[in-house]
Amino acid sequence: MGLLSEDLKSRIKAYLPRYPRKQAATLPALHLVHDEMRTVSNEAIVEIAEILELHPSEVHDAMTFYEFFKTGGENLGKNRLWVCRGLACFLRGSYELLDHCKSKLGVECGYTTADGKITLEFAECIGACDGAPACLVNDVHVMGVTPEKADALMTELRK
Amino acid sequence: MPYEPVILERIAKPQPDRLEGYRADSGYAATEKTVKDKTPEQLTDLVKSSGLRGRGGAGFPTGLKWTFIPKGHPGPIYLCVNADESEPCTYNNRILMEKDPHQVLEGIVLTCHAIRSRCAYFYIRYEYGDAYRTLQGAIDELYAAEILGKDSLGTGQPLDIFLHRGAGAYICGEETGLIESLEGKRAWPRIKPPFPAVEGAFQKPTIVNNVETLACVTQIVRRGVDWFKSMGVPPDPKNPRDAGSYGPKLYTLAGHVNKPVCVELPMGISMRELVEVHGGGVWKGRKAKSVNPGGLSMGFVDVNAPLKGEDGKTEYDIPLDFNGPGKVGCLGLGTAAITVVDDQTSMVDVLHNVCQFFSHESCGQCTPCREGTGWMLKIMDRMRRGLGRREDLDVLVDVADRMGIIPGTTICGLSDGAGWPVKTAIRKFRGEFEAAIKEGARSKYAKLQMAGMH
Repeated sequence: MGLLSEDLKSRIKAYLPRYPRKQAATLPALHLVHDEMRTVSNEAIVEIAEILELHPSEVHDAMTFYEFFKTGGENLGKNRLWVCRGLACFLRGSYELLDHCKSKLGVECGYTTADGKITLEFAECIGACDGAPACLVNDVHVMGVTPEKADALMTELRK
Repeated sequence: MPYEPVILERIAKPQPDRLEGYRADSGYAATEKTVKDKTPEQLTDLVKSSGLRGRGGAGFPTGLKWTFIPKGHPGPIYLCVNADESEPCTYNNRILMEKDPHQVLEGIVLTCHAIRSRCAYFYIRYEYGDAYRTLQGAIDELYAAEILGKDSLGTGQPLDIFLHRGAGAYICGEETGLIESLEGKRAWPRIKPPFPAVEGAFQKPTIVNNVETLACVTQIVRRGVDWFKSMGVPPDPKNPRDAGSYGPKLYTLAGHVNKPVCVELPMGISMRELVEVHGGGVWKGRKAKSVNPGGLSMGFVDVNAPLKGEDGKTEYDIPLDFNGPGKVGCLGLGTAAITVVDDQTSMVDVLHNVCQFFSHESCGQCTPCREGTGWMLKIMDRMRRGLGRREDLDVLVDVADRMGIIPGTTICGLSDGAGWPVKTAIRKFRGEFEAAIKEGARSKYAKLQMAGMH
């Protein structure tokens, strides 16, 4: 009995015809597993490697490069809240915003609130400089984030 | 008469992302004709003669790049679309992808014809989730309309476009880093040569083009070379290697401006006009101190420094074409992302932020970059805490001067981009840095412990 469901495996396999080499489906596979399981465990890495006909270390090597995927017993919360610290956001108050979010949520960057609802992260420039300071909720931009707007956003994400 | 946008013409329309509306605005009509009537060589020559240079940062002539594909190659040949737009303060590609995806996709169909590619990989940064979903919807429409698929546009040839999402790494915007990432490996840039056009993705000839470049290809085919060359800056007669700066350009404004917007203007507008007119001036009634003219990697301009040989003008007046920023010691036009720093902001804090970015985003492959960016951040962190030393400024400039492909110590240009803002900021604002070190003032941001975060 494997860790990855048949459905998840078939969604990974659906990517294979796009590329001349199976290894190219590494990032799509990692995203699928990470989104669904909120982490990429060693067992998941082994099963991804089996599908892609790779050594597990090759999947692990690529994955850890990005520092994007939670692994090694760490889990993503229900939502991932990134606060941009790029120059454009810094110039418009993002350091203060990040500090505000840390104290409101009671967690440091990279950690998840006790209720498992929000994982707080800092981000390098997220390309939303026309709405600085900006946040990314999972993969959606939220522009012009004042402390009040951040409070409303965090309340919404904790529901 | 004010300039009428072409590339951004459709973004304010209702549902600008839908194929139906795009076709009503004569979308894909010129392409249908071109793929039937023009050979790949004729199309390449057309783009070559337009003078189009890549909009991603390096400004390499697009048509010329296409000719580097080996003649008579049996294929497959790949197009990689670089939508990993991660240069800080840059967001023009995002606007195009979210608002007018078909203009970009049409450029892909044309480019694939020119380079005889039957498959394009559209590498888009993870953070652009809305753009990703908009593009996927647009691509689905193209398969339904048989513009993509087994018999693309009735040519009897297949054509596929696949979206491929990144995972939050700046280095994937470097073209060979992008290819490694696409292949499922860590995004370590490759030693060149071979260049991707000879040996790229999956060891096959590959062209990597930027999103805005592809939108320009669409408009050149639709409106012609004369239209494209009717704006911009012709080559400098004193520089035989200059290819000119033709066409419209998307400039993005960010930082301390009243209106942080993306505007389309003919290449070569002055920085002052862009900020003061199109950006609505500096916020809170303040004055600009410094401007970053094209993404952090390009370095800083001192808006009050006199421009050599130009009476009464300052560095603020440089033209934003491919040559302009270079005249004041910046690396180049880069992504044409203009970030304004007002006169109440400490350059120590600004430079700390810059060093923090490059230290985090160095891929770690080359020692001068991995170590250099880390040590530059450590020094800036110390300075920000009020513990700067007299020799720090010389050390920073020395480190910045020795890392990169220009001094020849690294594989890719990330390192040059990490050094340039450091050396330009210190050379142009040395007095401010010296005063900060002498005073030993602790930045208000130092308490936030940002440096400790990985």
